[in-house]
Amino acid sequence: MNNNTYLKESFDRLNLPGSSPLSSIRKAAFKSFDVMGIPTVRHEEWKYTRISSLFNKEYQVSFQNPTSLNAAEFAPLRLPGHEDASELVFVNGMYVPGLSNLKASAFGITSLEEAAANQYSEIVSEHFNHSSKYLTDGVQALNTAFIDGGVFMHVQPRKFVKYPVYIYNITDARVASVLSQPRSLIHIGQGAQVQLVETYITLGTSESMTNEVMEIVVEQDAILEYYKIQNDQSSASQVSTTHIRQVGKSVVHTVTVSLNGGIVRNNLHAVLGARFAEAHLYGLYFQQGQSHIDNHTIVDNVMPDCQSNELYKGILDNNSTGVFNGKIFVRKDAQKTNAFQSNKNVLLSENANVNTKPQLEIFADDVKCSHGCTIGSLDEEGLFYLQSRGVPKTQAMALLLQGFALDILEKIKPAPIRAYVEDLIAQRLTADVL
Amino acid sequence: MLRIQNLQAGIEGREILKGINLDIKPGEVHAIMGPNGSGKSTLASVLAGRQDYTVSGGSVEFLGKDLLELSPEDRAGEGLFLGFQYPVEIPGLSTTNFIKTAVNEVRKYRGLEPLDAVAFLKMMKEKMSLMEMEQTMLSRSLNEGFSGGEKKRNEIFQMAMLQPKLAILDETDSGLDIDAIRIVANGVNKLRNKDNAVLAITHYQRLLDYLVPDFVHVLYNGRIVKSGTKELAIELEEKGYDFIRNEMHQEEEVS
Repeated sequence: MNNNTYLKESFDRLNLPGSSPLSSIRKAAFKSFDVMGIPTVRHEEWKYTRISSLFNKEYQVSFQNPTSLNAAEFAPLRLPGHEDASELVFVNGMYVPGLSNLKASAFGITSLEEAAANQYSEIVSEHFNHSSKYLTDGVQALNTAFIDGGVFMHVQPRKFVKYPVYIYNITDARVASVLSQPRSLIHIGQGAQVQLVETYITLGTSESMTNEVMEIVVEQDAILEYYKIQNDQSSASQVSTTHIRQVGKSVVHTVTVSLNGGIVRNNLHAVLGARFAEAHLYGLYFQQGQSHIDNHTIVDNVMPDCQSNELYKGILDNNSTGVFNGKIFVRKDAQKTNAFQSNKNVLLSENANVNTKPQLEIFADDVKCSHGCTIGSLDEEGLFYLQSRGVPKTQAMALLLQGFALDILEKIKPAPIRAYVEDLIAQRLTADVL
Repeated sequence: MLRIQNLQAGIEGREILKGINLDIKPGEVHAIMGPNGSGKSTLASVLAGRQDYTVSGGSVEFLGKDLLELSPEDRAGEGLFLGFQYPVEIPGLSTTNFIKTAVNEVRKYRGLEPLDAVAFLKMMKEKMSLMEMEQTMLSRSLNEGFSGGEKKRNEIFQMAMLQPKLAILDETDSGLDIDAIRIVANGVNKLRNKDNAVLAITHYQRLLDYLVPDFVHVLYNGRIVKSGTKELAIELEEKGYDFIRNEMHQEEEVS
């Protein structure tokens, strides 16, 4: 078993009341965590991502350390487009109302505990912790045990949230190593439409770990766009679970952009739980140095007539490593499923590597599923073509890589965020001595 | 302008060019013809600086410079252009964006300021109409999904934009129907002047009906075995490459 004593002590110190609606779930979760522990590379789903050592140290567990981050310190961290966007700020896993700014009236936020006790209790009891069914390791359970500071967000039915909602996960590691565990349940009401943009920022240089679980419920006729922007420092590692459950005919569009960080593991799930639900999963990772990116996706076709389309593209430089694991389930009843998956990788260095694995589990007989993956170096012929037109080699490489990334970048619909990401990539391509 | 002396080159240890000699002066159009495997494309590749090829002997002088010492991009800067036999498809990079970068890089090399947007657009419009190209084609990813004819027109469009001193056209006619050949050859003809030159590499004579050469050279087994005027191309077309082969074999037997 791992060195989890301090976590156990922290949990015991919470002394959870028996009467709180979420207490029993939390206690059970801690028990599961205690049994399952932090996965090692012997765990099938963690074969190429080594996180046990990240947990083998004593972090400050977030809720014991309310933030000292003030508005002036937060200001430079804000994403472009924040003038119009609603902003939700989490520091060390705790929601901080003082730094947040909810501009859209259709969007509401409350603590999970409160939501479980008020008019949203049915939604909470039906959907909270649904992600645990899809994860067989202790990491998700650990988050569930420590949901203090977790939130319930709600988009009112038939409301169109005009500007995106930015979600900042800030880890304040200026004084000590921190384990932050943001937790949220988001309910997108029937016919509502919203764009969520989530990002991760670590302050200070102490090693930190973010273990996030976000669960999103998408109702009938709703449209959700979800963007994850990961560009943190190399001392910041994370396991980020985004579990999207479509309970009505709805459209989900996600783009995950991973540019920097220590060890980064993303679990992205789309559960297509109603007929004619549609999910689009896009990803772009551009890694350098020693960084590691692991995208584990699950598309679960539960009901018939659903559609999914998945495209992840990766560029790996230096000693960076990548994993793509794309699971597609087609359940027995999910006839007429249409599921596509593709993962394409460019390795820029001999020391970079990537492991890619499509995993299709199909129990229905009338379905269309396809998958494919490629790993290669930059196209030499293309490079020579551009050079022969007078474009210097480094610039030719940059043009080729930008072209490679373009079909993912085009999927980022909020213009300021797309420009921001394009800029980060352009900066990297010019700064890099490729 | 271009002086090739006893050029020997090969790939992966196999010698393909076995001593090429060729002189091209400003204003001239030269055609190199030859059967498959004679070394035509190797010559084009070596001149443009493709890395897979190694030069084992001889020299190439271009406008007074040692061409073989220059990187491919610097060769372009000096005024060399290679029209590819198989233009490469570049996903995600529009022709407009690409050619703008290329034009300005070449200008930079020549010590000129980059073109402003207005001047660039004006130039582009002019060259597009020269090549009978649509604007939509230029906003698409470079060569991606283009037909054979579109790709070759795009090559000559790039040539028009870059205004090279010497254009090497590597089998620009291959895979084209007669209309496309006419458009491509007309484009090249309109770009000709007394200061630039063209080296057209081709398997067939039909391109040369439109792009009339001053000199025709026959490449066979890594050497230029016969040079003449445009009548030589016609003779080749009539008799086929066998007549060169036969001549060569007779010579070998005599020696």
